[in-house]
Amino acid sequence: MHTLYIAKDYSAIAVGADEVAFAVEKEAFLRNIPIRIIRTGSYGLYWLEPVIEVELEGGRRIAYGPVTEEAIGSLFDSGFLEGSDHPLCLGNLQEHPYLKKQTRLIFERIGKNDPLSLDSYIACGGFQGLKKAIELGPDKVIDQITKSGLRGRGGAAFPTGIKWKTTQRAIASQKYIVCNADEGDSGTFSDRMVMEGDPFLLIEGMAIAGFAVGADKGYIYLRSEYPLAHEVLNKAIAVCRSQGILGSPLFGSSFSFDLEVFLGAGAYVCGEETALLESLEGKRGMVRPRPPLPAVKGLWGKPTVINNVITLASVPWILSHGGEAYAAYGVNRSKGTLPVQLSGNLNYPGLVEVPFGISLRDLVYGFGGGTRSGRPLKAIQIGGPLGPYLPEHFLDILLDYEELSKIKGIVGHGGIIVFDDQTNLAFMAHYAMEFCAEESCGKCTPCRIGSTRGMELMEKILMGKGSRKELELLFDLCDTMLHASLCGLGGMTPFPVLSALRHFPEDFGYSKEEICAFAGAL
Amino acid sequence: MRTMDQKLLDSLAFYSTKPNGLIPFYHKVQEEIGYIPKEFLPQIASSFNLSQAEVYGVLTFYADFRTKPPGKNIIKICRAEACQANGCHKVIEKAKETLKIDFGGTTPDGKVTLLPTFCFGNCANGPSVALNGKLYGRVDTRKIENLIHSIR
Ligand SMILES: Cc1cc2nc3c(=O)[nH]c(=O)nc-3n(C[C@H](O)[C@H](O)[C@H](O)COP(=O)(O)O)c2cc1C
Ligand code: SF4
Ligand code: FES
Repeated sequence: MHTLYIAKDYSAIAVGADEVAFAVEKEAFLRNIPIRIIRTGSYGLYWLEPVIEVELEGGRRIAYGPVTEEAIGSLFDSGFLEGSDHPLCLGNLQEHPYLKKQTRLIFERIGKNDPLSLDSYIACGGFQGLKKAIELGPDKVIDQITKSGLRGRGGAAFPTGIKWKTTQRAIASQKYIVCNADEGDSGTFSDRMVMEGDPFLLIEGMAIAGFAVGADKGYIYLRSEYPLAHEVLNKAIAVCRSQGILGSPLFGSSFSFDLEVFLGAGAYVCGEETALLESLEGKRGMVRPRPPLPAVKGLWGKPTVINNVITLASVPWILSHGGEAYAAYGVNRSKGTLPVQLSGNLNYPGLVEVPFGISLRDLVYGFGGGTRSGRPLKAIQIGGPLGPYLPEHFLDILLDYEELSKIKGIVGHGGIIVFDDQTNLAFMAHYAMEFCAEESCGKCTPCRIGSTRGMELMEKILMGKGSRKELELLFDLCDTMLHASLCGLGGMTPFPVLSALRHFPEDFGYSKEEICAFAGAL
Repeated sequence: MRTMDQKLLDSLAFYSTKPNGLIPFYHKVQEEIGYIPKEFLPQIASSFNLSQAEVYGVLTFYADFRTKPPGKNIIKICRAEACQANGCHKVIEKAKETLKIDFGGTTPDGKVTLLPTFCFGNCANGPSVALNGKLYGRVDTRKIENLIHSIR
């Protein structure tokens, strides 16, 4: 019996992983060769998907990719089940520099096993963090999280330990853990990969959070664009319930935790935590004014910890290895690792988990291999649709929350999108305004009206009708949006717009000097 | 006038007992019949103990929910930044030109509805297109033509 591994990951399936798995099965049947195919998460070397890994004696694996249905006959002919050479042979993926240069703490298991096999999760260190947490007790769990220096990976980078402490201290009959799995930022997919590739990890992280703050009920607010993640999460929850991990006292304690998945309905603003809560309560996703903080008054008015998927998925490792071990990775106030998502015009787009402190250049060129088109890189956008566009000479900046904020950049959810010189940044600025207008919840005027006005101004500028007056209006508008919006959607849309203007004025039909007159606003 | 069948009535009875059941119920209706008929709203409102304005407000807030029947097939094309960096505008143009409709439109024969999406999480394998819920990556103009051809 030969064992093969093929990813069952939304992005791998999008490029044919299901068809490849089916074709391999069929070919093996025709050739009378007994095989078994284990569907896994993806390692995140996406340009190579669909990948087939063949298990050899001793458990070593040899990979082939990107495999097409047409190549399967020749793979069998060449004896790939014995690990023979073939033009598609990639060798042992664990030795591939793209994987080898990473520091995989969160993603350590993803790609290797069946995500829904509880046995293999436990065999690979699963639930060690939760057991440790129960041994330590809530206060010490929060101490470890605080010591680790973990900051929210959803975008705002708020220290997780402080957030948990606030909810722990709040006195209430009911508290909640809400996982923000709305992952609305273009260019990001790490949450999806965790949910599809290692769902028990997220469940464990949420259970630890629940134990620490005294919340016995959790929700995962999942965007509707992720049907596979939805299916995998629901199956994983069912497995945990049947094995007494969810809904029953945990590992000898008196604490029990249960959770369910709630599906969003296509609203970007519902990634913002208070809009998310409104939506989770069954209402329109309108942003709530703060205070009160959700940590004190959240879901149905009860103290609620809201954390991003990656934040929660970092927690089990921190507990099982200790907060200090986690804090040993990274730099300054940016501790630990970040799963960076590389996409856009790149040779090697994918998921790269690295400690903070790596340069953007190492990410874009070292891992990403530069533009796929072979044309000069013009700009990167870092931090999602509300992040700035940065030109090539900013690539020496280090991945570090504070370093990036010095140049008005953000880490956001860790997405980096690369654009080549065919891109017109004025178009991208227009798109940013359009996106904001499209997705605005409508609660405040700077965002609702401002984004529409911004779109109109950008249209005029794009048609070559931009004069100094339009420029002045645009800067005024951005200033109002920056300072008077209730949430980050309106408040950060000026980032991509102003950065594009500042670094690429010629795309807007303005000279550097004309833009520099507004230096204060930039 | 369209009315709810027994299956939907059972769902309505189930979801209306939950404090946050309205959005999951809308998902259910759309999954069953492809859209959410406005005629259902009075009954939905009374089951959930909400005003009609409230249930209507929720319905229209979310981009996923439709109040009109879509075409037989639904094509969604990602138009977000990472797909733009990989030339999704060419795919979008090709689709609009081949189908002779704009985003949000349905072909006159009722066969295809074309919708924009902001990111499928397939950014590393873009441009991304979903046809009737099945996602396709690395889509170029030839591939979108083939996809459209496969349903016409
Ligand atoms: C417009 C907007 C959209 C957001 N979208 C997301 C999202 O999709 N996922 C997410 O985790 N956080 C998102 N956030 C950040 C959340 O408001 C919040 O900071 C986060 O869920 C807190 O979790 P963390 O501390 O673990 O990061 C968004 C914020 C804004 C202003
Ligand atoms: S900034 Fe925009 S999205 Fe945020 S609260 Fe105001 S209107 Fe709503
Ligand atoms: S930007 Fe198109 S799938 Fe993410």
